[in-house]
Amino acid sequence: MLTLTHFLILSFLLFLIGIAGVLVRRNILIVLMSLELVFNAVNIMLAAFSYYMGNLNGTIFVIFNITVAAAEVAIGLAILVCVYRRRQTVYVDEVDEMRG
Amino acid sequence: MEQFFFYIFAVIALVSAVAVITMRNVVHSALALMICFLQVAAIFILLRAPFLAAVQVFIYVGAVMVLFLFAVMVLGVGRETFGEKFHSQSIPALITLAVLFMVMGLFVFTGKLTVPMGRYTEAALSSNTEVIGKALYTQYIFPFEVVSVLLLIALIGTVVLVMRGRTRQVR
Repeated sequence: MLTLTHFLILSFLLFLIGIAGVLVRRNILIVLMSLELVFNAVNIMLAAFSYYMGNLNGTIFVIFNITVAAAEVAIGLAILVCVYRRRQTVYVDEVDEMRG
Repeated sequence: MEQFFFYIFAVIALVSAVAVITMRNVVHSALALMICFLQVAAIFILLRAPFLAAVQVFIYVGAVMVLFLFAVMVLGVGRETFGEKFHSQSIPALITLAVLFMVMGLFVFTGKLTVPMGRYTEAALSSNTEVIGKALYTQYIFPFEVVSVLLLIALIGTVVLVMRGRTRQVR
């Protein structure tokens, strides 16, 4: 029988993998993809709680979440294209002009 | 039976998520991410949210992945060698991850949530899209409008960001 814990553990592992990608990889495209993994983990958790509580508020929250994630990806990739035009690099640790 | 399918989807999702962050070729990472999104859509169906599954397939697999592949194509980032794959700060990052793993594992396992999942009413299941649409346009009308303005801002912002670079190059 499926319990809430199954979905929580799945979401938790996906979240950790996503955070690992954000922290460890240098390629900014992979960093953005890992960010999407984190968004997906959160969406699974919201949908699981929505099902568990038996009302649709969590589901509606997931829809807003997906919308914001789509906007974030569009802006993120546009900024990425700008950075690449100016600096000719996609590695996050080479864009360190603002380091104090 | 349901549990069997859950394990299939969960294992494929986790394996492809690991593939996303370990692949050397960015295009392979993007394809693994697409597989992961499809598995998450299947898990939404197990969670009795067919509308979410459809939205996941349309927006993530359709739009977001196409954006990523376009970015890969425009930037022309191909394979990277093994040495330049990881940060110089990997060790502090891994320590942070281990701590996060322990804290979140503690929360998941000490919370007494090993209860079976709840039941939707028959109406909410058979007309899932209709119920969600009604809630979106009545109870959640203000967030809905705010999100639509946000999307407009994102659209204009993207165009402005990319256009400005082009005019400067022309001059």
